[in-house]
Amino acid sequence: MSKVSTVSDVSDVRGTNGKRLLDVRGLATAFDTSEGIVRAVDGVDFHVGEGETVALVGESGCGKSVTALSILRLVQAPAGRIVAGRIELAGVNLLELPEAEMRKVRGAKIAMIFQEPMTSLNPVLTVGYQIAEAVRLHRGLSKREAWKEAVRVLDLVEIPDAAERAAGYPHQLSGGMRQRVMIAMALSCDPRLLIADEPTTALDVTIQAQILELLDSLRARLGMALLLITHDLGVVAERAERVLVMYAGRVIEEGPVDRVFAEPHHPYTRGLLRSVPRLGRERAPLATIPGVVPKLNALPAGCRFRDRCDAAVAECASVDPALEPLGEGRRVACIVATRRGGLES
Amino acid sequence: MLSYLAKRLAGFVPLLLGISFVSFLVMAMAPGTPVDLMTDLNPKASPEARERLEKFYGLDQPLYVQYGLWLGRIVQGDLGTSFSRDRRPVLDKIAEALPITLFLNVLDLALILGLAIPIGIYSAARQYSLVDRATTVFVFIGFAMPSFWVALLAMMLFGEQLGWLPISGLRSLDYDSMSALGQIGDRVRHLILPVGIAALTGLAGLSRYMRSSMLEVLRQDYIQTARAKGLSETVVVYRHALRNALLPVVTILGLSIPGLIGGSVIAETIFAIPGMGRLFYTSVLMRDYPVVMGITLIGAVLTLLGNLLADLMYVAVDPRLRKR
Repeated sequence: MSKVSTVSDVSDVRGTNGKRLLDVRGLATAFDTSEGIVRAVDGVDFHVGEGETVALVGESGCGKSVTALSILRLVQAPAGRIVAGRIELAGVNLLELPEAEMRKVRGAKIAMIFQEPMTSLNPVLTVGYQIAEAVRLHRGLSKREAWKEAVRVLDLVEIPDAAERAAGYPHQLSGGMRQRVMIAMALSCDPRLLIADEPTTALDVTIQAQILELLDSLRARLGMALLLITHDLGVVAERAERVLVMYAGRVIEEGPVDRVFAEPHHPYTRGLLRSVPRLGRERAPLATIPGVVPKLNALPAGCRFRDRCDAAVAECASVDPALEPLGEGRRVACIVATRRGGLES
Repeated sequence: MLSYLAKRLAGFVPLLLGISFVSFLVMAMAPGTPVDLMTDLNPKASPEARERLEKFYGLDQPLYVQYGLWLGRIVQGDLGTSFSRDRRPVLDKIAEALPITLFLNVLDLALILGLAIPIGIYSAARQYSLVDRATTVFVFIGFAMPSFWVALLAMMLFGEQLGWLPISGLRSLDYDSMSALGQIGDRVRHLILPVGIAALTGLAGLSRYMRSSMLEVLRQDYIQTARAKGLSETVVVYRHALRNALLPVVTILGLSIPGLIGGSVIAETIFAIPGMGRLFYTSVLMRDYPVVMGITLIGAVLTLLGNLLADLMYVAVDPRLRKR
């Protein structure tokens, strides 16, 4: 009997007091481009606990997706490579594993779903095959058993007529249904950690809610951890326990979602939260953060956010702030905030 | 499916009518008639003799009558008789040349596909590796050199200076006195240069095409999905990428089918191979209308069938084109 089907009655194992499942230290990933070496991820520190939902937020190009791909070591050589850091999964440094061992981690212990359901499935292979393939590889099931398992997980993600759909091709499914297939594929081998890279960005708003609800309930039932990459702060508030805010390749603020949202410490986080449109305030002009994200191959000295910051002091031009703990599980990379014990908002 | 095939085949009729009519017109408009070629250099040829010849070949009739007569014969499966001295049926001449060209070209194509596809896959999977760079250089050399020139150089080197290989024809003069094994060996030796040269130049284009198609596919999201599943790079490339990358190659294959019977005029002339290319070339020079029209017609039919075959192959490899 498969593990997935028997854990459906396990209670919600949400909570940050569990063990650390994933521990990322000083991760740096660089790309060779025509304009020189770009460090898309530049010293990122964070952890994800067992069964925990952690949101990774930030604007486009801040390094969220590259962080996710780095965890699975899927950054494509030779242009891209991980240049420094440790990525520990249950105490094992993934960066030191030989490629063959790493393949046993991908899809089995850490699964990933991507932003574009329309292009994330292979157009010439059946949906069932694409799921069964992973099941056969990681769980060693026979072809027939793996196919049955594929139908079962398709049923689990609430795809109607799962048996019939399994024999069909991706082009016969809508975007929402394809994302369900991706989720089914990711869950088929019962991973400890699911990385969802903007899983709903490409979908209709109504479908977005369904997919998120499905992800959340499955995460709770299967007791896996979820690293949710998004730029939708509403999604973060609803689904995550902890939030990591990234800016220009670094995590600049970290903490429990309710605390960070109620009282953001970093000026960038404050700016992000202010720029969310709110019901009942449609007439007021929407706040924005002035300026643009600096080019990653031409970062300013000192703090990366300095040029756009409304709280910058003279020292910010020379000191590159590290992520400092502030109590309550919160950390922030801002010398002004650290000095005051947090910025008053 | 059957009704689709029937529809496509029915569509061939107007197409073939159009193709044959235009070819007929172009051939008639070309300067010089077969009669000119037979009489111009003959001082004894009187105007009366010319008229008799024109009447004999039916060239005194208006063009549309000539076309109508030709069409009437074609419908009955008669391609006519050659205007040349031997007066043989066109069908016989084609039946003699076609197997030779077909054999050579199928061999070429098999060799090209068998080499170009693996080279393309390997170059793409290991982009910028030493092998990839080396094949890139080789491919550009292959592209840049005209095949007839390479053929002549190869003939000089392997035929003249080294004396390893025969440089013309399909068999030696003493072929009939050889043992069975010797005969096979003799055939193979004659084939090496013409097939090798054709494959060399065709290889360049197709391997490059395969490489870029494969690179394009390897950039797709579903390849990342496949890697994220923990599949090995071999499975990713051969199971997930290859079928997608072969889709555009199918088009090329369909388009190369008419080329299989057309033959290469230059290669067949250089290597003195009595194939379709040479037959067509000499027939055009001699204004041998029935042979030219016969080859054109067969070429047109095969082109259309090739296109149909390519479409069917597409459906076979790409599930998106199948109707539920």
